[in-house]
Amino acid sequence: MKQPGAPLLEMRNISKDFFGNQVLADVNFTLSSGEILGLVGENGAGKTTLMKILFGMDIIHQTGGYGGEIFLHGKAVRYQSSFEALADGIGMVHQEFSLLPDFSAAENILLNREPKKSSPVSEVFGDRMDTIDRKSMQQKARTAIKKLGVELDPAMLVGQMPVGHKQFTEIAREISKDHIKLLVLDEPTAVLTEREADILLSAMRKLAEEGIAIIFISHRLQEVIDVCDTVLVMRDGRIIKDVPAAGLTIPQIARWMVGREVGEHPGRRAFNPEAQPVILSMKNLWVDMPGETVRDVTLDVHQGEILGVGGLAGQGKLGIPNGAMGLFPAGGTITFKGNAIPLNQPRRFLDAGMAFVSEDRRGVGLLLDESLDWNISFTAMQVQERFLKKYLKGAIKWRDEKQIQAIAKKYIDALEIRCTSFRQKAKELSGGNQQKVCLAKAFAVEPGLLFVSEPTRGIDIGAKGLVLQALRDYNSKSGTTIVMVSSELEELRAICDRIAIVADGRISGILPSDAESADFGLLMVGKQPDGSTEGGQG
Amino acid sequence: MIRVRQLIKSFGWPRIIIALFLLSLFIIAPMVGVKVSSSLSDTIARFGMNGIMVLAMVPMVHSGCGLNFGLPLGIIAGLLGGTLSIQFGFLGGSSFIMAVLLTTPFAVLFGFGYGKLLNKVKGGEMMIATYVGFSSVAFMCMMWLLLPYTSPTMVWGYTGSGLRTTISTEGFYLHVLNDFLKVQIGENFSFPTGMMLFFALMAFIVWAFLHTKTGTAMTAVGSNPVFARASGINIDRTRTLSVIMSTWLGAIGILVYQQSFGFIQLYMGPFYMALPAVSAILIGGASVNKATITNVVVGTFLFQGILTMTPSVMNSLIHTDMSEVIRIVVSNGMILYALTRKSEATR
Amino acid sequence: MNVLKETRGEKFFRVLEKNAVPILFLAICAIGIPFSGYSLNYLGQEVITRISRNSFLIIALLVPIMAGMGLNFGMTLGAMAGQIGLIFITDWGIGGIPGMVLAMILSTPISAFLGWMCGKILNMAKGREMVTSYIIGFFINGLYQLIVLYGMGAVIPIKSPALILPRGYGIRNTVNLISLRKSLDNIWAIKVFGLSVPVMTLIVIALLCVFIVWFRKTKLGQDMRAVGQDMEVARAAGIKVEHTRIVSIVISTILAGYGMILYLQNIGTLNTYNSHMQIGMFSIAALLVGGATVNRAGIGNVFLGVTLFHLMFIVSPMAGKNLIGQAQLGEYFRVFVSYGVITIALVLYEVRKRRDKARVGRLLAQDQTDVKEVK
Repeated sequence: MKQPGAPLLEMRNISKDFFGNQVLADVNFTLSSGEILGLVGENGAGKTTLMKILFGMDIIHQTGGYGGEIFLHGKAVRYQSSFEALADGIGMVHQEFSLLPDFSAAENILLNREPKKSSPVSEVFGDRMDTIDRKSMQQKARTAIKKLGVELDPAMLVGQMPVGHKQFTEIAREISKDHIKLLVLDEPTAVLTEREADILLSAMRKLAEEGIAIIFISHRLQEVIDVCDTVLVMRDGRIIKDVPAAGLTIPQIARWMVGREVGEHPGRRAFNPEAQPVILSMKNLWVDMPGETVRDVTLDVHQGEILGVGGLAGQGKLGIPNGAMGLFPAGGTITFKGNAIPLNQPRRFLDAGMAFVSEDRRGVGLLLDESLDWNISFTAMQVQERFLKKYLKGAIKWRDEKQIQAIAKKYIDALEIRCTSFRQKAKELSGGNQQKVCLAKAFAVEPGLLFVSEPTRGIDIGAKGLVLQALRDYNSKSGTTIVMVSSELEELRAICDRIAIVADGRISGILPSDAESADFGLLMVGKQPDGSTEGGQG
Repeated sequence: MIRVRQLIKSFGWPRIIIALFLLSLFIIAPMVGVKVSSSLSDTIARFGMNGIMVLAMVPMVHSGCGLNFGLPLGIIAGLLGGTLSIQFGFLGGSSFIMAVLLTTPFAVLFGFGYGKLLNKVKGGEMMIATYVGFSSVAFMCMMWLLLPYTSPTMVWGYTGSGLRTTISTEGFYLHVLNDFLKVQIGENFSFPTGMMLFFALMAFIVWAFLHTKTGTAMTAVGSNPVFARASGINIDRTRTLSVIMSTWLGAIGILVYQQSFGFIQLYMGPFYMALPAVSAILIGGASVNKATITNVVVGTFLFQGILTMTPSVMNSLIHTDMSEVIRIVVSNGMILYALTRKSEATR
Repeated sequence: MNVLKETRGEKFFRVLEKNAVPILFLAICAIGIPFSGYSLNYLGQEVITRISRNSFLIIALLVPIMAGMGLNFGMTLGAMAGQIGLIFITDWGIGGIPGMVLAMILSTPISAFLGWMCGKILNMAKGREMVTSYIIGFFINGLYQLIVLYGMGAVIPIKSPALILPRGYGIRNTVNLISLRKSLDNIWAIKVFGLSVPVMTLIVIALLCVFIVWFRKTKLGQDMRAVGQDMEVARAAGIKVEHTRIVSIVISTILAGYGMILYLQNIGTLNTYNSHMQIGMFSIAALLVGGATVNRAGIGNVFLGVTLFHLMFIVSPMAGKNLIGQAQLGEYFRVFVSYGVITIALVLYEVRKRRDKARVGRLLAQDQTDVKEVK
């Protein structure tokens, strides 16, 4: 459906780094009116950053801007805020709803663009005293909904709508804007049922026919193939493929998404996890963690192994350790060393001799306002009564500052945590060093099994290597079993023995870490590889 | 220069201004004929009277329950203990000890219920604490009328029932702490050793508690509740414990206050007692979620110093008693400052 | 799947709980009225008086609730501004309707300034607006005392010896507003069934209600409702969140100032240092008694609240006296109830806020089990 003349949108040589960490390099593509562009890639491939650049989000300016140029209708643009982008007819529907629950669909669609009637009062006190013209508001909302081709009652309160209708309301809001030309949809079908998703896809086609260009970001590859004209595959901040969608297959795209050339792979160590006894067994685990719902996970972890858990964002991999620990409501059974561990009670999880390093360092992992020695010793002190001096037959349990400082110093040295002293506050450290403090806290309880969630998220490359090395060393020295959850497949493949992939809240397969990368790609999108590398339970 | 600036920053401008103001009052005092020795003596006495009620802020701040605007609830427990001790006919020093003992079960009970309530309203503690304090004071107004007290020193003479609005502690525990090992220097200066020792004891107990395992857990709950939960701490139980401690300290605080002041003030007496204590600890450098014993000592001294000095100095200086206005502006201004600070608005 | 399964009993309790406060007050009044021994005629007259006296002040609370800023405990600011206006017109000897109007005009810039300041401060304390506005009330009261007790007569020219304290400056504790007393009420007072009805005052209140209804329909009102639901969403849509919040407080403060003038013209005397301190608490309690919550209140809540709250207020001393023999007890009872109702409303608001979150969680959990059952 490409049209002659200057393309609607052209991105030329876009690059971006966050403090020396290159996240986008040499991104080039064009988009014509009425074209649907599928943007796919693993998490961290750079899709979100690219869209943030397009919209001129604050975070981009605050971190030193970007390189390259963006052209709209052949004219160079550089937006300073998303409002400027909106004024030029570019709209975006985010993954999280940006709706007001007590307003009707019409009120949400026309939020801050309500049709108004002026009155004598507003002549004097300014146009904010205009009354709102409800009739024409309903009318405009109806038009937008009609353009979208879905069924939606403009008078219905958003709070009472099913999820799909909320999504339609969001999209209707964007297309109700007068000269909308380009619409970015970020994972719009992730929350929808299959039927709702179908309606949305046909709505997208309808919009494209009317000349609106769409950038469709999705992990559901079949939908991408079905609805898009062109598919753009991103990996490691670069565009790997820019091809017409017609004739593409899921395995092809999946391979492009994850497929690094194997070569640099450090190789699997000589260790056969399946020969070891099962140390932890999860059966039918479900976890209500917002955005990372786990539906039904059954998984065995073997003594002494490093088990990787991978998968795309929002598929539920993060929910597994969080649910097992009891930080989010969960159900199912967990057996550790033969004992059933009750869910929803973090204390019992810790008492059993397991530990968890959360992906949310600042929110869950650290006492930001307290010193490092507190951070490192706290869990061990509270759960195992270590680092305490006892008086009066244990009636008084006094904090033993000497021991606390000793353990802090030990781990500061062992993990090379860069800090002025153990008295420094946790919030003053860099991300990588904060992560090491979290690891130290977990190591200090000397766990039999350690869950580590996204250990390298948001830290620079040098620190990444150190953190991974620390994990591997800890595993080989103390024999601690490690379950590592990460969005970065390469990182999992670097240190794990086996890798389980989660898709749609379930384990879609377990592979040895040196299996074909394309097979991992297929598992991530919920398809079984048809090759011979299948391993573990499906 | 940079170090000086950092020092100022860590101390906070409001505190420096208040400290300088107090200092200037002490300097001006002799010039306008106010005796510094007696002023200092007054300040110290008032410090001892109010110190423990300020201390009652600390446990709740540590556990993240915010400033204890519900202090009147603790005060009511203290009032019950004090009046019961008199009712049972204890005299002198033993009446104070009995008052403390009788107060304790009430304080624990009230604190427990209050703590449970605050656990249900996490995030909105301060406003609700204020109104819990107010409602309990109003409720007790009815109770003071109805409870079957009979001691003739306490009930209204003409009806023989219902407690009086103020009851003298003379003959009971008046000055039992103040006069213990009291040091008199010259005519105008006396140091209430017993009361100061008692304050020191309470401060030590709180300090020591914060160094135990449970105390450490309490600080962690206030600092980051999710972290604490992920370390196996029962957040609600820890918070309830902190509220019980705060309530008990408030109760003991009012007993110490009464023994020095000489009167038990019932009915609407405890109504506005939370605000001075809250602003004192804030003046001492505490924030909505961080407080130390040092904050208590510094804050109580500065706040009570201003309260003592302004009326006498101002009166002699401009022949107008503006102390009430200054008290209102300073104490509430301090609370506003604490409530609006960015770093604390994150919670 | 989107509807939470709820037994009939659960639903009954949810509805009951939603209206718990008005129902409780109906019960208190139903018990109290017969015991007080007051005639219905007397009570009717009292209720009419209270409605005409207090409604305006209570309506002033509605705007910040709309903007999601909770109960505006800072309405005392407006009350102080109104009182300053009244002091001036009393000094200048302007009574009657012209005096009232002039007092309102004088109060407006003061209210607007105080409201603007209050709004600014509240924007710095998002999420704890109520406790902050409550403390602002105390803080400004200190400044009010500074001006009225020390400034007036000394720096600000006040001549009337009836106003100034004997020492030569500062306003007396009570100011007689005799020239103003009931000047609005008496313009058009009619007798209905032996009850005197201040029609003109009621018309003014009705006009205010019309204003509120109209205001909800304006762009500004819509913006306030949006800001009240979710500041971030409103901001993303380009609404000036901070400005909108400040405007809501300014409007509320100005209205509170007018309300205070209306209130005092009915009473006839100004308690210079006390009147404003209690009015905030009474107005908020009355609104809550009418079934309003921290984030939702309407005109209906105002009138139901005034009626029920003041009925309770009137009957409890006599009921206390007749029941237990002590009028004092009834007086403490009504104070207790006033504070108690605010406490309950605040607690219910916080509990509901948390339960609504948990409801989403329960929905998801139910979803999970549903999926399991299907399998």
